Amino acid sequence: MRANFVLSEIGVGLRRNITMTFAVIVSVALSLSLLGGSLLAREQVSSMKDFWYDKVQVSIFLCNKNDAESGDPACAKGAVTEEQKLEIETDLEKFDIVDQIFFETAEEAYEHYQEQQKDSPIAAVVTPDQMQESFRVKLHDPEKYEVVSTAFAGREGVHSVQDQRALLENLFQLLNGVNIAALALMALMLVVALLLIVNTVRVSAFSRRRETGIMRLVGASSFYIQTPFIMEAALAGLLGALLACVLLVGGKYFLIDNFLDTRIAVIDFVGWDAVMSVLPFLLVVGALMPGIAALFALRKYLKV
Amino acid sequence: MIRFDSVSKVYPRTNAPALREVSLEIERGEFVFLVGSSGSGKSTFLRLVLREERCTHGTVHVLGKDLGQLSNWKVPQVRRQLGCVFQDFRLLPNKTVAENVAFAMEVIRRPRAEIRKRVPWVLDLVGLGGKEDRMPGELSGGEQQRVAVARAFVNQPKLLIADEPTGNLDPQTSVGIMKLLDRINRTGTTVIMATHDAQIVDQMRKRVIELDKGRLVRDQHRGVYGYQN
Repeated sequence: MRANFVLSEIGVGLRRNITMTFAVIVSVALSLSLLGGSLLAREQVSSMKDFWYDKVQVSIFLCNKNDAESGDPACAKGAVTEEQKLEIETDLEKFDIVDQIFFETAEEAYEHYQEQQKDSPIAAVVTPDQMQESFRVKLHDPEKYEVVSTAFAGREGVHSVQDQRALLENLFQLLNGVNIAALALMALMLVVALLLIVNTVRVSAFSRRRETGIMRLVGASSFYIQTPFIMEAALAGLLGALLACVLLVGGKYFLIDNFLDTRIAVIDFVGWDAVMSVLPFLLVVGALMPGIAALFALRKYLKV
Repeated sequence: MIRFDSVSKVYPRTNAPALREVSLEIERGEFVFLVGSSGSGKSTFLRLVLREERCTHGTVHVLGKDLGQLSNWKVPQVRRQLGCVFQDFRLLPNKTVAENVAFAMEVIRRPRAEIRKRVPWVLDLVGLGGKEDRMPGELSGGEQQRVAVARAFVNQPKLLIADEPTGNLDPQTSVGIMKLLDRINRTGTTVIMATHDAQIVDQMRKRVIELDKGRLVRDQHRGVYGYQN
């Protein structure tokens, strides 16, 4: 009977404010899907970091004839000689931090280039002698790149030392930037959602002031008076959170599984387990946050 | 029952106090009229008793509790022992007569069986037997006020507060309501009634407390509405 009473009050309240309730549901859904999305994106970035940092190397590009003739300042003394190559290799082996050393010939570099740039018109005009020879150095700790860089940059026959991590770092920074933007947008949506909830509660409290006034005078506890309002907000928030869950699952299914995964094989996208672990969190946030917002609104708009 | 010790009430952003240094005591089982012109402080007096406001100075005791010291969450416990009737009835228009009365029991979580027993009993008491399923809009003003009295009395309060209960009613209907209040008073319930109705006060010959500009100017047993000489 009590449950019935509370439930019917909630039902009446939600229907009375149908447009406002709908706005609350949509804004909660949007902000929570942004939150869930950015949580998943963070997971994606960190798993990609683990995966790629394992593979990255420091590349020491050596001068070729082309560089020397075109007057590249790093290669002013001409193309790299066999002695210089040997010297670099023995020096590299002396470093403790170096794990493995590979030597990539110009031909190999050419092949890799052709493979990667298959569809590019430039690939057709590039010749093997334009490619640079290089040492590919794998470090025990990729963070120690500086040591290799200072030791070999500027040495005769060395064109440049490149940390591949830096290339990835740019990508990760971009992803992080997108992530932060998503979070900022989420925060904004969240503020909108909370303001909407406060306003909904205000309207709701106003339209039921007669009932609440009587409840107050006959000595109903403030908990009893406030519960329907809070449950109303929590229910609307929960519906929004459910919608957010549907959006995330849909995004995972349609965007990642059926689109990106089939086209980009090199990236290991977030799995269903990660998506599923985010959903309960969204539901809890979706129900709690509007409930708490409603409680604060009631303190202001419902005298008890 | 009720004790005011030099109570003053100043509303925020006003200069003149609504009540000034009011001291009085109302015993259990009394019937008290509260008279005075508009703005004399009658409503403030009742709001202090109901703890809708806190007094600025002095102390207000109701049913042995110092309302100034009472924490907010304990206020409902005190209010459950008070009943209220207003000039504008304050019934819920979308509930039937019986539902309106039952509402006052439901929201303080009285058992269902008790509600089923007491609602018809109290409606009989106020003379509305047989009209349980009518909507308030279908009733006359006097009948609506009877519903309000039934709602105020159904939880058997120790104190009934009536703020101009006859203000919207014609003299004849008012007499009916007054008889009802008198009957409730005879069951041992203390009644405080704010009113402008001189005829009723003069007929009833009960204790009269008069306020003027927030001051207690008269406290007279078996009194009348105004000084006759």
